[in-house]
Amino acid sequence: MEPIVEMIGIRKEFPGIVANDDVNLQLLKGEIHAVLGENGAGKSTLMSILFGLYQPEAGRILVRGREVRIQNPNVANDLKIGMVHQHFKLVHNFTVTENIILGLEPMVGLGALDTKKAAARIREMSTRYGLNVDPDARIEEITVGMQQRVEILKMLYRNAEILIFDEPTSVLTPQEIHELMGILKGLVREGRSILLITHKLKEIKEVADRCTVLRRGRVVGTVTVADTTEARMAEMMVGRKVSFAVDKAPAKPGAVTLEIRNLSVMGNRKVLGLRDFSLEVRKGEIVGVAGVDGNGQAELVEALTGMRRAESGQVLLNGTDITADSVRQRIRKGIAHIPEDRHKHGLVLDYSLEDNMILELYDQPPFARRGLLDREAIRPYAEKILSDFDVRSGKGVDSNARDLSGGNQQKAIVGREIELDPEVLIAVQPTRGLDVGAIEYIHRRLVEQRDGGKAVLLVSLELDEIQNLSDRIAVLFRGERMGLLEASATDENEIGLLMAGVQGKGGAA
Amino acid sequence: MLRIARKEDMTGLRAVGVRIAAVLLALLASGLLILAMGYDPREVVRVMWSGMRTLKALASMIRIAIPLAMAALAVSIAFTMKFWNIGAEGQILMGAFAATAISSVLPEGTPGALRILLMALAGLAGGALWALPPALFRAAFRTNETLLTLMFNYIAIRWVEYLRCQLWKDPAAMGFPQIAPIPESAHLPQLLGVHIGWILVLVLAFLQWVFLRRTKKGFEVRVVGESEKTARYAGMTVGRVLLFGVLLSGALAGLTGMVKLNGTAFVLAERLAGGDGFTAIIIAWLSNLSAPVILVVAFLFAAMKQGAGWMEGLAGIPSALADTVQGLILFFALGSEFFIRYRIILESRHRTERKEAHP
Ligand SMILES: Nc1ncnc2c1ncn2[C@@H]1O[C@H](COP(=O)(O)OP(=O)(O)OP(=O)(O)O)[C@@H](O)[C@H]1O
Ligand SMILES: [Mg+2]
Repeated sequence: MEPIVEMIGIRKEFPGIVANDDVNLQLLKGEIHAVLGENGAGKSTLMSILFGLYQPEAGRILVRGREVRIQNPNVANDLKIGMVHQHFKLVHNFTVTENIILGLEPMVGLGALDTKKAAARIREMSTRYGLNVDPDARIEEITVGMQQRVEILKMLYRNAEILIFDEPTSVLTPQEIHELMGILKGLVREGRSILLITHKLKEIKEVADRCTVLRRGRVVGTVTVADTTEARMAEMMVGRKVSFAVDKAPAKPGAVTLEIRNLSVMGNRKVLGLRDFSLEVRKGEIVGVAGVDGNGQAELVEALTGMRRAESGQVLLNGTDITADSVRQRIRKGIAHIPEDRHKHGLVLDYSLEDNMILELYDQPPFARRGLLDREAIRPYAEKILSDFDVRSGKGVDSNARDLSGGNQQKAIVGREIELDPEVLIAVQPTRGLDVGAIEYIHRRLVEQRDGGKAVLLVSLELDEIQNLSDRIAVLFRGERMGLLEASATDENEIGLLMAGVQGKGGAA
Repeated sequence: MLRIARKEDMTGLRAVGVRIAAVLLALLASGLLILAMGYDPREVVRVMWSGMRTLKALASMIRIAIPLAMAALAVSIAFTMKFWNIGAEGQILMGAFAATAISSVLPEGTPGALRILLMALAGLAGGALWALPPALFRAAFRTNETLLTLMFNYIAIRWVEYLRCQLWKDPAAMGFPQIAPIPESAHLPQLLGVHIGWILVLVLAFLQWVFLRRTKKGFEVRVVGESEKTARYAGMTVGRVLLFGVLLSGALAGLTGMVKLNGTAFVLAERLAGGDGFTAIIIAWLSNLSAPVILVVAFLFAAMKQGAGWMEGLAGIPSALADTVQGLILFFALGSEFFIRYRIILESRHRTERKEAHP
């Protein structure tokens, strides 16, 4: 196989940081090439250079053997390079078809866009690749997994042959991941070539032919996936051995901290998304909530944090009813929340990290006195979180949240919430988009939180994470609690069945 | 083929460069226009320069700049929250109306300072109250504030017209439809040749900067503007923050009305705002909502307005041409903003590619 893309000696600097340093990468025609590296290692930056979003300070790029200068995404487009970004770039109130042809059709010129013909072609392509996308649906109405397939269609519509996927699986459910892997294999079978960024070694093992590992902007090496192990790749990436299992002592649960009584919550579609749900979380334990995405997790979390009203039922914190409390009151009483969507909820992207680290505390002493913010107090506080949680950014607390790598944004949020030292920590997908080293660290901090006598409610779509961390596991299915299991006395199969709605023995627990 | 795309990577320095280029182009175009109309641009520049150099001219420009800057500071607070308050014009009028109302009920012997203070408070309240309904509707029903604030301008204008022609018609004006002027004791005192509004503007610009960067409330206003969802997540009551910010914005606009009334106009009439509320929107936008930049841009706008006046008065150029020049400059300024935020892509290969895309 001949190389279709060669990146040679690429260097890219951002203020205060070298994101890519003498990077070499070779993509062969018809291969799936994984790019692995810690959060902030420079993966997205490297791909953005190939896609023409950034210009490198040094280095050469060869596409199909010819040296090219990719000044902007249109040049990439002409070279048949397509990219699905870590955070999608779709226009929400447009239809699938409109999004796909957006930018392809001239804005000036005669007449309306020929959307009908485009829609027909999209429908045809969607069936051919098993993407199952409705061309007439509006983006805001479809699931995240579907949005991603729209992004894939967008590339295929432009006849892209070199496909870049930046962490495509971090926003997907296990089922969707499985489907995506199938789609990727189908695409290379057709002769397309794929660059795949992911933090999940399992996925690399499953689909990738080769893997290039980056660490702090430099290439550590390129390996043939079949000849290596997950542990070996992880070690290359972080530079030390990584333990995948969380070692934790048995829980010593105390009094009930969070009590949820017969909670029912309306979902977005004006039907109950959560029905008659009860659960207790005690001091010193981690309770996991497992379930396929969209089975009431969002409603549960939003009702607990006060962002959504409960239709009926109660939420009690240390015995007092907080069902009617505002978000602010709940935060003050000790409920912290690592949100599912870091961009939509967790961060103000165009603000400095300094401002972002005090989002919930800005009005409390010592950060505010008599209505004025005290920067002298805020700064060291933010700096401490960043250093404790190893958040890497070019300009420290002065960097804008937007300029951080995805994983570092996540670490910053997790750090901020843990630093609140809450009574109850509601952690939703806390390790989404993190590298294995960072996952290990966050998991350890969650267990520490537990061992410090705090209650942790973990909501995750990843069964591994739920099983590794939880002391007890509640399973959600269609808004109802299907079962409550002792983590030590159950296995993947039992949880899996409950997640699929098959009632098991745990139902009465 | 042409296509328009958002720019991702405009650095601050390059943006400044584009803006300077725009100003130069605007001047060049204006020069050509003046030349084409049979006047000598050099002569016009010479006359304008000689006019502008005088201290008196400077004072007059500052007088024009004061309400522009104040109103721009006002709307920029609302804009920070992405609340598109285009009702400053009406809020200015209602501020001036409230100030006039208070002044008319005060006993004749009220000391000037007290009268001015009370009128200022009334101005703040008048502007805030006029901004309240659109804010309430937006907070409660998510109505479009652009339409509502715009319509409130016209209500305010008609209201003042009604006052002038009917309710408050000054009997001393001998049948002329006019509202009684405010007493002389209420005129703003002068300092260095300009009424003290200029000090107020400097103080307000500083306070506004402090408010947004350094206060709890300002922090909330900024977060709500950036992302309502994040604000809710962090426990802020979005509706209340919105209301607070809009009231503040309206209050400042109202105070602008009072300053115009007590500083230069001395009598309430519907042309008191004189479009300042709209110009302020452009100024705030061009300044990127930054208080110090607003001061500079407001002054430039004042110079432009003044310059147009001189072209007419000194260089004998018809006022229509002066207006056209003003329009040209604005056109280039706004155009440069477009080029700073977006780019136009020329593509020659597009056609072939599109054929491929539709087999
Ligand atoms: N636009 C930018 N401005 C300043 N710094 C940036 C910018 N983009 C990226 N960086 C910095 O460059 C480094 C590399 O970032 P990049 O996004 O490439 O990491 P990554 O490998 O994709 O990480 P992750 O796995 O967390 O997504 C990070 O330290 C990041 O803070
Ligand atoms: Mg990345």
